[in-house]
Amino acid sequence: MDFGTILLQLGSGLVVSVEIFCLTLLFSLPLGLVVAFGRMSRNGILRTATKVYISIMRGTPLMLQLLVVYFGPYYLFQVRISAAYRFIAVIIGFAVNYAAYFAEIYRGGIESMSKGQYEAAQVLGYGKAQTFFLIILTQVIKRILPSVTNEIITLVKDTSLAFVIAVAEMFTTAKQIAAAEATIVPLMIAGVYYYIFNLAVAVAMERIEKHYKYYEG
Amino acid sequence: METENLLEIRHMRKAFDGLGVLKDISLTVKKGEVVSIIGPSGSGKSTLLRCATLLEKMDGGSLSYLGQTVCQAEREEGGDAVYVSKGELKKFHRYFGLVFQNFNLFPHYSVLKNITDAPVRVAKIPRQEADTRARELLARLGLSDKADAYPCQLSGGQQQRVSIARALALKPEILFFDEPTSALDPELTGEVLKVIRQLASEHMTMIIVTHEMHFAKEVSDRIIFMEDGLIQEEGTPEELFHSPKERVQEFIGKLASA
Repeated sequence: MDFGTILLQLGSGLVVSVEIFCLTLLFSLPLGLVVAFGRMSRNGILRTATKVYISIMRGTPLMLQLLVVYFGPYYLFQVRISAAYRFIAVIIGFAVNYAAYFAEIYRGGIESMSKGQYEAAQVLGYGKAQTFFLIILTQVIKRILPSVTNEIITLVKDTSLAFVIAVAEMFTTAKQIAAAEATIVPLMIAGVYYYIFNLAVAVAMERIEKHYKYYEG
Repeated sequence: METENLLEIRHMRKAFDGLGVLKDISLTVKKGEVVSIIGPSGSGKSTLLRCATLLEKMDGGSLSYLGQTVCQAEREEGGDAVYVSKGELKKFHRYFGLVFQNFNLFPHYSVLKNITDAPVRVAKIPRQEADTRARELLARLGLSDKADAYPCQLSGGQQQRVSIARALALKPEILFFDEPTSALDPELTGEVLKVIRQLASEHMTMIIVTHEMHFAKEVSDRIIFMEDGLIQEEGTPEELFHSPKERVQEFIGKLASA
C-alpha cells in the first residue's frame, strides 16, 4: 500500500473520529449541566444518585463502559444488536462518561461564585432561571474554560477507544493497516493527525478564552 | 394629608440555628424619611436589612410595604410570620432597592448594562427608555464617561456609585444601604457619601446601616441604635447624640472619635 493511500484511508478514519468528538461534545456539555444540577440538588435521593453515577463513570475504564453500552441491551433484554447501533453506542458511552467529568467542572465553577451575585440579582427582581443563565452561567464559563479545554483535549485522544467495539475511527484503521502491511508508519501518521486535531482544538479554545478577557473577576 | 408609611415592621424576630439575632424589632418609615441604623457588629443591623429586602425570611412578626402585607404575624402580635404566596412576593421587589457593602455589580456587564438590564428584563421597560434613564443617572452621579466601562476598570467608589445607580434605575420607593462605605478607603468614602447626601436632599426615602457617625448625624431624620437584636434607642440625631443612656454615649463616642 503506498503512502498516499494510507494517508487517505486514515483521513476517512479521522472523519469518524471528528464525528465522535463533535457528537460527544454536543450531548455531554449540556448533559453535564443537568448532572451538575442533580449533584447540587436539595433532594437527597437525586444528589446521592448523581454522586454514585459520577463515581462509577470516573472510577471504571471508559473502554469497559463502551462494551457495557454496546453489549448491554443484548445481555439484559436479548435485543439483537444492529450494525448501526455500533456508532450510537460509542456516542452514548462517550457522552455519558464525559458528562460526569463536565458535571464536576460545572459544579466547581458554580460553587465558586459569590453569594452576593445571587443576592444582587434577587433584590433586582430577576427570577431564578434569569439569574442562573444571565448572571451566573456566563461568569462560570469564563472560570471553567481552562479545565474544560483539558477535558476536550483528552476527548480527542479518547476517541481512539472506539476501536474496542470495532468502530472504524482513525486508530482502528491505523492498526488494521499496520497489521496487514507489517509497518508502524500508519500509527505514526495517526499520531500526527491526532496532534494536528488537538492543535486546532487548542487554538479554538484559546480564542474563546480570549473572548472572555473583556472583563475581570 | 397623612404621610404615607412606606415600610412597617412589627415585632420582627429572626434566629439562626436557635440563636436569636433579631428579638423584637418594630420600625415604621414614612415617605421621604432618612433613617440611619447604628450599632456594634453582630447587633442584627444587617439581618434587619436582609429580612426587609426579602433575602432572609423572618421567623416572627409582620412586614408591609405601602400598607401591603409581605408577611403577617400569626394569631397574636409577634407570632410566627406567615408570608404571602411566592407569586405575590415578587411584586415587592419593585418597592425597594438595596446597595451592598461590596457592591455586587455584575462583572461581565458594562456599567450601562448593569444599570439597564433589570429595568429591561424584569420591569419590561423599553430599552431606549432604560438607556436614557441610565445615562441621566450616570450624569447625576458624575459617571457619564464610564457608561461603557466594566466594573473591574472602576475604583471602589465609582463601583459603589454605579450600584446606587443600578438600584435607582428601578425607581424604588425606598432604598436600603448596607454599610455602603465599609469596603472603601476614606478618600473614596467621601464621593459615595456625597451621592447619598444628594439623594437625601431630593427626599429619597432611605434606610442606611452605617458606621459613619458624623454622616449619620448630618443626613438622618432619625437614628436607631441597635444592640443584641433590639432597638435600644431611637430618635433625632440631636436626641441620640445627647442620649442619657450610657451605652449609647459610649458607642457614639468611640466611633465619632475614630
